[in-house]
Amino acid sequence: MSGSGSLIEPLWEVFVRSRRGLSHVHVGSLHAPDATMALRNARDVYTRRQEGVSIWVVPAADITASSPDEKDEFFDPAGDKVYRHPTFYQVPEGVDHL
Amino acid sequence: MLALMDSFQATIDADGRIEPRDAMPEGYRKTLIRQIAQHAHSEIIGMQPEGNWISRTPSLRRKAILMAKVQDEAGHGLYLYAAAETLGVDRAELLDLLHAGKQKYSSIFNYPTLTWADIGAIGWLVDGAAIVNQVPLCRCSYGPYARAMVRVCKEESFHQRQGFEILHTLCNGTEAQKAMAQDALDRWWWPSLMMFGPPDASSTHSEQSMAWGIKRHSNDELRQRFVDMTVPQADVLGIRVPDDGLRYDEETGHYSFTQPDFTELYEVVKGNGPCNEQRLAHRVKAHEDGAWVREAAAAYAGKQAQKKASAA
Amino acid sequence: MNDLFTYTLRLGDDALIAAQRTAEWIAAAPQLEEDVALGNIGLDQLGQARSLLQYAGQLEGAGRSEDDLAYFRDEREFTNVQLVELPNGDFAATMARLLYFATYQHLLYEELRGCADETLAGVAGKAVKEVAYHVDHATQWVLRLGDGTEESHRRMQAGLDAMWPYTAELFASDDLVRRLDVAVDPSTLEEEWLRRVTQVIEESTCSMPTSSYQHSGGRQGRHSEHLGYLLAELQHIARSHPGAQW
Ligand SMILES: [Fe+2]
Ligand SMILES: [Fe+2]
Repeated sequence: MSGSGSLIEPLWEVFVRSRRGLSHVHVGSLHAPDATMALRNARDVYTRRQEGVSIWVVPAADITASSPDEKDEFFDPAGDKVYRHPTFYQVPEGVDHL
Repeated sequence: MLALMDSFQATIDADGRIEPRDAMPEGYRKTLIRQIAQHAHSEIIGMQPEGNWISRTPSLRRKAILMAKVQDEAGHGLYLYAAAETLGVDRAELLDLLHAGKQKYSSIFNYPTLTWADIGAIGWLVDGAAIVNQVPLCRCSYGPYARAMVRVCKEESFHQRQGFEILHTLCNGTEAQKAMAQDALDRWWWPSLMMFGPPDASSTHSEQSMAWGIKRHSNDELRQRFVDMTVPQADVLGIRVPDDGLRYDEETGHYSFTQPDFTELYEVVKGNGPCNEQRLAHRVKAHEDGAWVREAAAAYAGKQAQKKASAA
Repeated sequence: MNDLFTYTLRLGDDALIAAQRTAEWIAAAPQLEEDVALGNIGLDQLGQARSLLQYAGQLEGAGRSEDDLAYFRDEREFTNVQLVELPNGDFAATMARLLYFATYQHLLYEELRGCADETLAGVAGKAVKEVAYHVDHATQWVLRLGDGTEESHRRMQAGLDAMWPYTAELFASDDLVRRLDVAVDPSTLEEEWLRRVTQVIEESTCSMPTSSYQHSGGRQGRHSEHLGYLLAELQHIARSHPGAQW
């Protein structure tokens, strides 16, 4: 096997907006030498069945992710802020549209 | 670290999903890489037995369907390599392992497609068996694999149907066409049963994979499910499953059937199937013939990036 | 003879033979993403072929279906240009041909979608978007291969040169296209085609092919030897079972 045959192309994460009014959602990843080709490959691979109206591609290496080790500090503090959710509040009977 | 492993086990026990950057036992990671890679390899090697019929389809409608199907399999390979890559391997490495014969793909693709009816049989039986195997994987404990499988399964149902439709048309056609359909079932039945792997008693990886939520059903369970599903469909087609021992058991509600000759499976896995060499050689050739293209694309990207940098 | 039938058949044959060649790349492309991309392009070409052949069959009025036309005609009855029947060659040659052919198709369909024949206009209106994507795909690769490595540059130039002598046939005018109102006289497309193709080739750092000899004859059913093999493969199952349904 020649080394050059295994040339590693950058990995791109693909996000697709399935229809107008919805957010782009992560659908998977692919390899491409550059952004132009990544976008085209994403169109061919991830929208063969009209799954999308808009595509983002992002170099996987450029994504900064929260680490699972920090999970507790990151996300637990939000756990007790129950007053952020509408269900926290009691609404008197007969009050609509609130 | 121990605490993190506890959280792994707790997630598994609660039937939750493990995500890429979570702590996980090395064995879990390795098992997944091996399984997902093998699965991905199967998708792309599986393009060949059908791909070689695209130029020969007996109608243009069938040509469009078959092209779309084989193209889908390339897409499935892509989704799965992407899932494997979340575990810290690169697709290029996995392809090298495939090409060097160090990772396997499903043995079913080492059988030849000899007639047009084989394209029907593959869609009906091989994609059918794949669906039986894959539907439970949509609930696999590893998130990226499960999500890839959801995508794959959505696309597979068209594959199975088009295969059945091919055979249905043949079975309602001329005598020669019907004979072609029967011959295809005769040849593909046993290899299809082997797709579920060795019998539970001699399956090596099963138990641990079950405990990890990677595998949800045993090989024999899935094989039974496939037979129960497929035999009535063969009746509709009006062709005969080549198993003298096949009969419906009123009491259990299942078919009892003859097990395939697993020594054949082991031989094919070892590399002695009818097409092992051909499939791998084709794959390696495509890869090597494409090397200069991939190098060129990388070189161009490098030049463009440099231009951009010096312009800035 | 029914002019519109003959004209539609020409367009359909171009698309069909192009699709047959494109499909040969599936499971053999330089990377998986490209298998999928070429699959899409082949499917587009095949879709155009089916619409056009189906319509040709109607125009002829002899009860021939798209399959009758695709599977039960011999070499001499096919009226595609020779460009589309040539073997694929390497990936660079395939991309060179796609650049030449799709750019031509794009200009053609752009004109044709405004023509007086509703069916042809409809087919062209749908196809014009498809071939715009093919042009883009070919362009991206010609740029990358032309300005990639030394080897890819050499191969790209060779591909452009090898396909070039088959391009003039795309623009050959004849009595039929001049006589037939709805037809686009392809000679009117050549200038703009040359401008677009030149732009891509120059940007790719390759040089314009210099060969002046040009092949012809496809529209009259005079083909290269390659078409016979292509058709043998395409047609043999259908011909082994005449009258069968599939
Ligand atoms: Fe698949
Ligand atoms: Fe499939």
